[in-house]
Amino acid sequence: MKPAGFTYHRPATVDDAVAVLAEVSPAGKVLAGGQSLVPLLNMRLAEPEHVVDINRLSELAYVRADGDAVRVGALARHADVERDAAAYAVLPLLRETLGYVAHPTIRNRGTTVGSIAHADPAGELTAVLALLGGTVTLRRAGGERTVAAADFFTGPMSTCADAGELVTSATFPVPEGRTGAVWTEVARRHGDYAVCGTGVVVTLDDDLRVAGARAAYVSMGPEPVLLDLTDAVAGAPFDDADWPAAGRLAAGRLEPDDDIHATAAYRTRLAEVLTARALRAAAGRPSVVA
Amino acid sequence: MTTRSFGEPIARLEDPRLLKGEGRFLDDIGHRALAAAFVRSPHAHARIVDIDVTDAVGVDGLVAVYTHDDLDGRAGEALPVLIPHETLTHGRTGFALAKDEVNHVGEPIVMVVATDRYLAEDACARIRVEYDFLPPVVGIEAARDAGLLVHDDVPGNVSAHMVQSRGDVEAALAAAPNVLDLDLDIERSASTPLEGKGVHARWDADDASLRVYTSTQASTSVRAALAARLELPLDRVEVIAPDVGGGFGVKIVHPWPEEVLVPWAAIRLGREVKWTEDRREHFVGAAHERGQLQHVRVGFDDEGRLLGLDVTVWHDNGAYTPYGIIVPIITTTQLLGPYKPDAYRAEFFSLYTNTVPVTPYRGAGRPQGCFAMERTMDAIAAHLGLDRTVVRERNFIRPDEMPYDQGLIFQDGRPLVYDSGDYPATLEKLKKLVGWEEFAAFRDEARAAGRRVGIGIACYVEGTGVGPYEGGWVKVETDGSVVAATGLTTQGQGHKTAFAQVVASELGVPVDRVAVTTGDTRRFGYAVGTFASRAAVMSGNALAAAARKVRDKALRIAGEALEADPRDLEIVDGVVRVIGSPGGAPGASIPLATVAVLANPLRYAFDREAERATQFGGPVDFSKPPVAEGESPGLEDTGFYSPPRSTFANGMHAAIVETDPETAEITILRYCVVHDCGTLINPRIVEGQIHGGVAQGVGGALYERMVYDGAGQLLNASFMDFLMPYSTEVPVIETDHLETPSPLNPLGIKGAGEAGVIPGSAVLASAISDAEGFAITRMPISPSDLFSLRLARESR
Repeated sequence: MKPAGFTYHRPATVDDAVAVLAEVSPAGKVLAGGQSLVPLLNMRLAEPEHVVDINRLSELAYVRADGDAVRVGALARHADVERDAAAYAVLPLLRETLGYVAHPTIRNRGTTVGSIAHADPAGELTAVLALLGGTVTLRRAGGERTVAAADFFTGPMSTCADAGELVTSATFPVPEGRTGAVWTEVARRHGDYAVCGTGVVVTLDDDLRVAGARAAYVSMGPEPVLLDLTDAVAGAPFDDADWPAAGRLAAGRLEPDDDIHATAAYRTRLAEVLTARALRAAAGRPSVVA
Repeated sequence: MTTRSFGEPIARLEDPRLLKGEGRFLDDIGHRALAAAFVRSPHAHARIVDIDVTDAVGVDGLVAVYTHDDLDGRAGEALPVLIPHETLTHGRTGFALAKDEVNHVGEPIVMVVATDRYLAEDACARIRVEYDFLPPVVGIEAARDAGLLVHDDVPGNVSAHMVQSRGDVEAALAAAPNVLDLDLDIERSASTPLEGKGVHARWDADDASLRVYTSTQASTSVRAALAARLELPLDRVEVIAPDVGGGFGVKIVHPWPEEVLVPWAAIRLGREVKWTEDRREHFVGAAHERGQLQHVRVGFDDEGRLLGLDVTVWHDNGAYTPYGIIVPIITTTQLLGPYKPDAYRAEFFSLYTNTVPVTPYRGAGRPQGCFAMERTMDAIAAHLGLDRTVVRERNFIRPDEMPYDQGLIFQDGRPLVYDSGDYPATLEKLKKLVGWEEFAAFRDEARAAGRRVGIGIACYVEGTGVGPYEGGWVKVETDGSVVAATGLTTQGQGHKTAFAQVVASELGVPVDRVAVTTGDTRRFGYAVGTFASRAAVMSGNALAAAARKVRDKALRIAGEALEADPRDLEIVDGVVRVIGSPGGAPGASIPLATVAVLANPLRYAFDREAERATQFGGPVDFSKPPVAEGESPGLEDTGFYSPPRSTFANGMHAAIVETDPETAEITILRYCVVHDCGTLINPRIVEGQIHGGVAQGVGGALYERMVYDGAGQLLNASFMDFLMPYSTEVPVIETDHLETPSPLNPLGIKGAGEAGVIPGSAVLASAISDAEGFAITRMPISPSDLFSLRLARESR
């Protein structure tokens, strides 16, 4: 298991990086934490002619949180995001979700933006970005654009990023109003990709009645699946809503596949159960009902 | 450190080195060696039409490309069937490089040697093999149906058919007031050591000798096999097992194709050659185990006593039978565990499939046998409405019936006679440890809270320490340190600590003065290997025998020096002294180091130590020759141990599980082990062996399976999809021990290496069945499987 030969580039600035990517496009591949790319290279499932290592781009090693959003640079490790106190204060969902992402050694190297750019349909952060209506910023030689998560993910392991573009950051908006968010999942082993995982956001009105319920799912489709489940619970008191109905609504709208770890029917059942559990927990968060 | 370390839970002497990264594993050796890589079959069953290497020839750094046609002499012959058996009528093996046909994905076809592994793999990618596809046989049902054949000349896909029986089982079943039938299914798993296989070979043309490092469980036998295959005199071949990162059975098989090919190429090229197996290669190019279908027919009285037990096993042996049929033999002979049915009959069919060959994996057929027997015990209890422990207790062999002859022939070809054990006492300890009687209250409490919990139990008896023999060599150096060697290998068990404890205690020296070498044919040439929980029993007793001889010699020489009767002397903390004279009056003691000096009279004084041993170094008795007649120089000796038959350890496990009513997730709440492996050399090491075994048992029960598709492709050949449990999946393990010494060996010890894994599937199936209220008959079981079972029952 040794990779095929490639040309290795290690730019020192973002400008240099996008220049190299433009030059070698479409034969370049960006290396950040390497937690997905390196195994793919070793197993020769990917044989890029050029690997552009962005680990010297310290300008992208940031986590910035304010009242509106948490913005994560392309060189911030999962562990940086997980440990960031300001990010946790405004958006506890990030830390809570990252606890499900692999293991500490992997989170110390793997980057949050890298996992989003890789667009594995089982990657928790892809779903969280979609759930929160987040955005991704892409730089290319001579330009920059910001794309909504809904437009960014175009299929399993595929995004709208062009070969010459570098994803420089991801922005996770803080949900507005009286909202609670929760991530939960079932995996075969701790830290494995989920058999089914879901993140939810519940919004209450000032009478503590349900005004909105959204959920995003991993391992339930070719890309993060986003569902609005408000219809099942709208107007119900936060502590007496029919959350199982929302679970059933979700289950009826998801079309997962069988794989070697679980049948589609089992995944659907998990989605039903986990959706109800997560929504109930999100609505009951002390910060929401306070 | 006190002299008496035998039986003490001392820390492992090998750990500081390994934890500091100072281990020398196979891939740490030979950095300048050429690298080998292999083109392996991507197809499960095909005829090789053509191999075109043209495109590889241009790869930079390419040194050689070999196919079967290049293998001259015996290197090109079929690999051996290591353990022949009269019922193995159709044993088949592959070749080091496939000849004409491939029978499983992963079978090596072309060997490439290049200046490094990257380039070797580049070259492999450019070699084109043309195949004529043959339909593959995948799964035990397909093999049994025999609509298609793996080997044209093996009718019914049956490599071996064997029947053993005791008593008239037909009559017993006919007369039994109760008869049950069970169909059971255990899927494949594998040893999956963290370090795969690996071989490094160096041919010394000047010396006409070959040195091979290989990650093996049997270096002496690899040596003999290589000498035979490569047509070299045995004394020109050295084989060394360096630090080995786990074996669990798969490395007892030899010679692996790569073990023949790497040295063969090294000789041919006159260069060092190395191959380190990667993870994907290991999944498809090594061995698996466990896969069996079983049918049990059991007759019993209204008290639950076994009257007749008739078991049929269909065993998946994969594409070849390099290790014979040891696994199904063990399944059908060890199945009985601690029980004594009036009549027993076991029949197995060992079947070929176009999948990776099956050879022993820790437990070696016992987990399957335990599963059959223990599922049967639970079925009897359910049928009669009896407590599961009561049914088991009523069928136990009693301590006063030992030794107990099960009337069968064991895997070593010798009678299956249990030497000792107290099964009722083991069960009592287990019930107390897990709180068997209190569980009903816990269940009620959990149920009231909407939780679903269950308790399970499984018992086993394990034949350990099979022969034919092991040996040991012990030497006291002139500085008083002790070196010892045994030929069998070590893969992480802590042998160097346990053996040092044995030697130190026999010899009367501190344990940290003893350095043990294993698995190096330069140091000890006679050995069998490390398998069947035999190392402590076999080499432990052999080293004890050698140490006792050295001790006797030391006392004799010291007696002369001290002018004392050797029978009045003892060795304490490395000093020979008159018994009971601590501190020692002048002339009443002599350091063992000095005895070692005296044991080897020298002519040349190369240092101050040596000066004392020269003919002019001290007082000399001119009436005697420097080395007494019948003696040999040096304070060293060799001992062997060869048992009349195996010694039988036993144990019982209990588990409490919780199954989520909604998500069908399975959580182990408690896991309790009571274990009796005779006298303990080092309780801490035994505990570690149990823990490791339980971890693998949990893996086999809840996580691991080999997922083959209909075309014979292994779909989960990586640690991402083959779910070896992490530490987070292994429960806290509560243990208790009994020590019933074996009467068969001087140290009274029984093997402990495999024990922990044996009842894993049985005990967890028992607990999950208890939680769910229906019998689990197929393992492993995933949450998705449990969900499907629930759905199937609801829709009935």
